[in-house]
Amino acid sequence: MIRRTAAIATVTWTELVRLKVFYFLVIFALLVIGNSFFLARFSFEEEFQMLKDIALGAMSIFSSLLAILATATLLPKDREDRTIYTILAKPVSRTEYLLGKLAGVFLLLALAVLLMGALFAVVLLLRTQTLLHGAEIEMAALPPAELQAALGKIRAAGHDPNLFAGGIVILVKAWLLAALTMFISTFATSTIFTTITAFAVYFIGHLQATAREYWMAANESGFLTKGLLALISLIFPDLQAFNLVDDIVTGAAIPAAIFWKTLALGAGYIAVYTALAAAVFHHKEL
Amino acid sequence: MRPVALWTAVIGALLLFGLARLPLETSLDQAHRAANLRTATLDIGLREQIGQLAYAAALSGFRSLVSAFLWIEAHTAWEQTAWGRMAGLFQSVTALQPRSLVYWDLASWHLAWNASVAARENPREPSEFLRRRAEREYHELGRDFLERGIANNPDRYLLRERLGIMLRDKFLDHCAAADAFTAAAGHPEAPPYVKRLAAYELAECPGREREAYDKLRAIYLLGEEERLPRVVTLINELEAKLDIPAAERLAPREE
Repeated sequence: MIRRTAAIATVTWTELVRLKVFYFLVIFALLVIGNSFFLARFSFEEEFQMLKDIALGAMSIFSSLLAILATATLLPKDREDRTIYTILAKPVSRTEYLLGKLAGVFLLLALAVLLMGALFAVVLLLRTQTLLHGAEIEMAALPPAELQAALGKIRAAGHDPNLFAGGIVILVKAWLLAALTMFISTFATSTIFTTITAFAVYFIGHLQATAREYWMAANESGFLTKGLLALISLIFPDLQAFNLVDDIVTGAAIPAAIFWKTLALGAGYIAVYTALAAAVFHHKEL
Repeated sequence: MRPVALWTAVIGALLLFGLARLPLETSLDQAHRAANLRTATLDIGLREQIGQLAYAAALSGFRSLVSAFLWIEAHTAWEQTAWGRMAGLFQSVTALQPRSLVYWDLASWHLAWNASVAARENPREPSEFLRRRAEREYHELGRDFLERGIANNPDRYLLRERLGIMLRDKFLDHCAAADAFTAAAGHPEAPPYVKRLAAYELAECPGREREAYDKLRAIYLLGEEERLPRVVTLINELEAKLDIPAAERLAPREE
């Protein structure tokens, strides 16, 4: 089973790469590198803050877009090309086919986040080194202790191990979105329907936490309101839980318990959406 | 399986999963609150400030990105000395990223230092009374940013230190500045000089000389590194003012 799934994943990955999806990396590079030059006019604290804001925000946008758009095209394209019939005519189960497709997208997303993260790390490192070098020259007259304190501030602003955790959470969120889009894709009638529905769920998912909080709070809402809020809370994913980067960029430390719980939640979503996609796809008339 | 049965099972599974993950999501919410994460409140007022599109982006998980672009816009407003627009943009940025110390710190600095001086020296306003009043209003606005920043970041020392500096330099309120520095010095990550700043301001606060003397004495006794000229001078002055007996006096008199 693993071999067949891996073979489909490899083909899916190759197909997606041939679609030149990595061209978006050029935009990301322009955004991050261009901004780093533009931001040089700000104080170093502002510069690092905004560089992190923009780079992690862009990573989040690009990975989410890629997850939804790349996954939404997979099943309709295979049906259009009739490749799905050729594959399923062989001793490959529908679940294997679906898992292979999803694994291909996961691989693509992992590489995309890795490349974006590496580019961001390089820009951040270069800016830190440039600033450190400049500060060493400008502040050469200061007593050694004060110079070290100033350099330490620049290093602290530039290096933040939490950024790595932020990258992982972005990837898990993108995987979750890919699994969700795949689930929608199994019952959708067209790529447009899948894409629009996935984006709608994406927006609602970011408000799910608010709906859940209101549903669980003791208030005087009517039965209908409470029922609707409960439905939103139970059906839609809580995507706000994966927005840790908004806090990471401010320098806030993410406790290990929160990080692992977030990953566990993400794994749960991915498993359930994949299982549901497999169940629906199993009964689908092709 | 018939479609109705299939969809009943799928929706049932989604609801069951929703119920199963409820405790984890609730505990994550609580953990986030305890760690001061996800504290931004995106309300209608903010939507009016930043516009529909930026608000939608912020709601969709791109708060940090929106705040960075608004900050660049605020920086441009500063370069154009459009103080009102700059202040409005600072409100939006800090509402989007309440845990970012840099935004609170620089917003308050721009208002209390740059905008206030520009208001005081405004060539288009002939009335000195009005210019002074505008200057004071910017001081207050800067202070308001710091106080709200502190309320959003009770676990960090930096904004308390900045408030102390503002109260000292812009409000000339040494007693309040001493309290702000003392609060900042109470944080474990605060550098040692903050404790000294608190003692310096306390020494300028009428009626609290004894307290200032005790603090300075404690700093002096920490060792040679802490015996800075200002520490020694203030100790000398306070010993004279408080009539400390010669035998109990600490520092050698500065000549």
